Amino acid sequence: MLSKRIISCLDVRDGKLAKSVKFVDTRDIGDPVAKAREYYEQGLDELVFYDITASSEDRGILLDVVSRVAEQVFIPFSVGGGLRTVEDCSRVLLAGAEKVNLNSAAVKNPGLIAEASKTFGAQAVVLSMDVLKVPKSAAIPSGYEIVIHGGRTPTGLDALEWAKRGEGLGAGELVVNSIDADGTKAGYELTLTRMIAEAVGIPVIASGGGGKPEHLYDVLTEGKADAALVASMLHYGEYTVGEIKSYLAERGIKIRIQKDE
Amino acid sequence: MITLIDYNAGNLTSVRRALDHLGIPSRITSDPETVRRADRIIFPGVGAAGAAMSVLRQRGLDSALKEAFAAGTPILGICIGCQIILDRSQEDDAECLGLLRGQAIRFSVTDPLLKIPHMGWNAVRVTRPHPLLAHLRPGDEFYFVHSYYPQPADASQIYAVSDYGGEFPAAIGKDNLFAVQFHAEKSGPLGLMVLENFSKW
Repeated sequence: MLSKRIISCLDVRDGKLAKSVKFVDTRDIGDPVAKAREYYEQGLDELVFYDITASSEDRGILLDVVSRVAEQVFIPFSVGGGLRTVEDCSRVLLAGAEKVNLNSAAVKNPGLIAEASKTFGAQAVVLSMDVLKVPKSAAIPSGYEIVIHGGRTPTGLDALEWAKRGEGLGAGELVVNSIDADGTKAGYELTLTRMIAEAVGIPVIASGGGGKPEHLYDVLTEGKADAALVASMLHYGEYTVGEIKSYLAERGIKIRIQKDE
Repeated sequence: MITLIDYNAGNLTSVRRALDHLGIPSRITSDPETVRRADRIIFPGVGAAGAAMSVLRQRGLDSALKEAFAAGTPILGICIGCQIILDRSQEDDAECLGLLRGQAIRFSVTDPLLKIPHMGWNAVRVTRPHPLLAHLRPGDEFYFVHSYYPQPADASQIYAVSDYGGEFPAAIGKDNLFAVQFHAEKSGPLGLMVLENFSKW
């Protein structure tokens, strides 16, 4: 059986690691290359490297940081932020990433998902969705709306419909990021995660709100996620990857434990 | 010096970076003559079998690989390079290299919770000892991304298995050829160890 994956998201702003609370108030907390290597050595399963200012300030991806990470970290690695074209995707894949994370650009141009999937294979295309809880309406029947530009712009798209459409267009995985939960460390958005995980046939990565190992347990069981994204828990040194994984393994979650060589 | 075969099938640079990190010299080539003269060959790849085979044929790399295999050159196949060494692949119904008898078969899982492709970390169990897998311990996991798996006709050519809705071969080989379905270059320290073992094999 496949193991559940623990993925860490490195939000990068101007080449430095940053962490936001509800997508605002970001502060720098270190060197992303050193952090990536540290988590790799602790047994992390996968990395996401996200240029958080790229889409709002019209800036390209920091390819040199990507390639420096790829030289030292030998686990799967995806890159997002400001990828607008297949050529943008191709550059980050050549720099050493396995996968691309498409977000705002895919909302504006859904054809990008299909084009990237056809060019690089579905396994290389991750659709990342930023989701805000809203009152249920005819336009947003699930009560969850897709927002873009780092959470600043509502789109009128229903999150559940968008998830299914993304799968249909050829995305190989979905990141479901709850903006309400982001940075709160109060737990993942279980209702949203489960709703999407039950509606699609591709892996769902839960994102936003992880603060304690039991939050990961909840989202990997009740939330039906295939993987959980962690940031604050690791970035501030509150937990190691090994501690989180041991907690989950002891409670019967199938997880990869990296043994000492 | 390890020769990496370039046939437009992705992940070449990932394998190159892993070898650089290990301090193992390598070069990338699409020249059949260089492949024939190589000391050691890694045959990596992601993508579809039909497209991979057509590029190999166009570049004359198919016959170069067959000759290198016959000449006893150590060869390591990775992912699609673990499938197209067989006679055929169900993917694109492609005729493949035929270095080993058998074919690549599509996963047919009945459990709706099992998604295709099989993507993520999964345990690999050694069924026959082999120098490339010498360091493995029970429960060790590797990173997989694939929809087809290699099924040699001769079961004695299977060296390790994994489980995804049933057991499937995860490492196969014969004589100087060894191939792994998982991505050794993306499987952390254990994957790097397989590459290092190959450099000394």
